[in-house]
Amino acid sequence: MKIAVCIKRVPDTETRVKIAADGASLDESGVKFIMSPYDEYAVEEALQRRDKAGGGEVVAVALGPDAAQETLRAALAMGADRGVLLKAERIPADALAVAKALAAELKDGGYDLVLFGKMAVDDYHHAVGPMVAELLGLPCVTAVSKLELEGGKGVAEREIEGGVEVVEFALPAVLTAEKGLNTPRYPALKGIMAAKKKPLEVKPPALGEVRVVAAALALPPERKAGRILGEGPDVVPELVRLLRTEAKVL
Amino acid sequence: MDDSLFFTDQHLQVREMVRDFARTEIAPIARQHDAEARFPWTTVKRMADLGMLGVPWPEELGGAGMDYLSYILTVHELARVDASHSITCSAHTTLGTSPIMDFGTEEQKRRFVPYLAAGKVLGGFGLTEPGAGSDAGGTATMAVDKGDHYVLNGSKIFITHAGVGEIFIVTARTTPGHGNKGITAFIVCKPTVDAEAAAAVGTGHAPDLPWTRGVSAGKKEDKMGWRASDTRELHFEDAVVPREQVLGEVGKGFVQFLKTLDSGRIGVAALCLGLAEGAYDEARKYASQRKQFGRYIAGFQGVSFALADMATEIEAGRLLTYHAAWLKQHGKPHKLEAAQAKLYCSELAMRTTIKAVQVHGGYGYTTDYPVERMMRDAKVGEIGEGTSEIQRLVIAREILGDVVEG
Ligand SMILES: Cc1cc2nc3c(=O)[nH]c(=O)nc-3n(C[C@H](O)[C@H](O)[C@H](O)COP(=O)(O)OP(=O)(O)OC[C@H]3O[C@@H](n4cnc5c(N)ncnc54)[C@H](O)[C@@H]3O)c2cc1C
Repeated sequence: MKIAVCIKRVPDTETRVKIAADGASLDESGVKFIMSPYDEYAVEEALQRRDKAGGGEVVAVALGPDAAQETLRAALAMGADRGVLLKAERIPADALAVAKALAAELKDGGYDLVLFGKMAVDDYHHAVGPMVAELLGLPCVTAVSKLELEGGKGVAEREIEGGVEVVEFALPAVLTAEKGLNTPRYPALKGIMAAKKKPLEVKPPALGEVRVVAAALALPPERKAGRILGEGPDVVPELVRLLRTEAKVL
Repeated sequence: MDDSLFFTDQHLQVREMVRDFARTEIAPIARQHDAEARFPWTTVKRMADLGMLGVPWPEELGGAGMDYLSYILTVHELARVDASHSITCSAHTTLGTSPIMDFGTEEQKRRFVPYLAAGKVLGGFGLTEPGAGSDAGGTATMAVDKGDHYVLNGSKIFITHAGVGEIFIVTARTTPGHGNKGITAFIVCKPTVDAEAAAAVGTGHAPDLPWTRGVSAGKKEDKMGWRASDTRELHFEDAVVPREQVLGEVGKGFVQFLKTLDSGRIGVAALCLGLAEGAYDEARKYASQRKQFGRYIAGFQGVSFALADMATEIEAGRLLTYHAAWLKQHGKPHKLEAAQAKLYCSELAMRTTIKAVQVHGGYGYTTDYPVERMMRDAKVGEIGEGTSEIQRLVIAREILGDVVEG
């Protein structure tokens, strides 16, 4: 089974965000970068599918700066067979531009499955996976939380508001991974050693035209400190009154 | 310390993995295992699978094939979260396995190391005796030469993994008297005392090891700290050890254990450094969240200066530890630097954990926060693998020579 898994280098979710001098990007000094957590589920699923199929190849693809090689090495250490970096100084804010570059790379790869995380935790686009599917003319299932593959077909579960949706699709297909699809493995030390020797190709991306740019970034307003009214049932009426009149949530 | 001073990208990947594992898998269970003084078989099995029980040993022998710095990073990162898991890795690797790698014959390496390096069983090191602690040359366990085998009689005390482990390097006297040349090291095997737990997780017992009749684990110590680590007596009652299980050569036991301890001290330094750093992390976090007199306590000079001192001393400890590790990795002499790192970091861990409890106030004195456990875990750093006094003795001898009395 030949599987591509597209991963993104993003700031660690624990980063204290600072905005750069241009007012429209993140100040990256001192920021730690990681593989977007949803992408870890995608990598894990790809590895499990390859191993279950008794062979094949898992190719990790990233679009990003040179430092995204680290992100690819992390996927290789987990067990992916090779990596491809589409090297761009900056990851464009235009999801379609990114999707076009990825689709161009994946088009002639002969993949049975193309996996993404359901979204990147830095820009929350939820877009690149479905766009790539569209560009490749493949069926797409987003936010997959359970997956069965049998012959040339797949059955996926998606958690939707108040229930579970079961969808069937034909392979090849593009899927995006939801939390809980599996438990991503830690890269074993032997995997980290082996990753050094695996092929990692660096090439320029065929980026689409960039038609969306980030114009400005702003931090959310600081949350006001809470107020403690007291303890016990006696303060409940006052609490209800304030929730009605002041917070206006009731 | 700039990461590029000692580390490659691969070291940072190792650090990241161990850090992530420790925070996600060990942090939630550390308190419970400490309270129940229970060996953490489940996480130890996972550590074995990830290669953490054989970091610096070659892949042909079942190890991860990495370097010494990767190993020290592993010990350090584990200890930031839990010292018991860290000493399990450290005692197993430096005390239980490195003597075979450093002094064993090719046959001994081939026969015993694969079990240890892959973490199929745990290893340990039996040197200390009730009457021979700091003065380990005072070994009284006797080994009588019977031609094709030796017969051992005596007792060891405070042996890490004596209960849970299966392969041990032990010292015994092959020539009566007090002479250091009369001490020989042996490889002995005894089944784990936790057979059921080992079977349940699938690591910890290897039925095909050559069991040494007459070797058994004794009383388990009820300890102040390192409570999830297993510390027991190890007894020899007419234990029959085949001649081919003499580690290296007869009469070399004393020199061997001194060398093992020289390197072992870097591991203990890394463990203590991790403890100090873990306690500092907690204290910094708490001080930035706790308000008194209308402001975060980190804003009070009395607290912020304490945190500033902790951060500075941890930085010093890191440089001492990784420099000593770097010297060892590059095959350079490191006796002095290892003792300095161990002395400094063990005292650093004690100071820092005490201060971290103080920063937490009354909450720090309860088991709701990990700093009280860290404080209990820190003390043994000043005792195990040579007390602080013995480190000062080693350092003094290194810098002053023979004028220093033993
Ligand atoms: C949790 C734990 C795990 C351990 N694991 C192992 C293990 O796996 N294998 C193993 O072999 N041992 C192990 N030990 C034993 C440890 O190495 C010894 O406890 C240590 O070396 C000290 O020996 P002792 O306890 O006999 O103290 P003693 O040697 O009796 O020392 C008592 C005090 O006298 C001081 N003192 C002694 N001699 C001098 C001197 N010349 N100058 C100044 N002061 C001196 C000491 O510093 C100490 O303060 C472990 C101990 C503990 C607590």
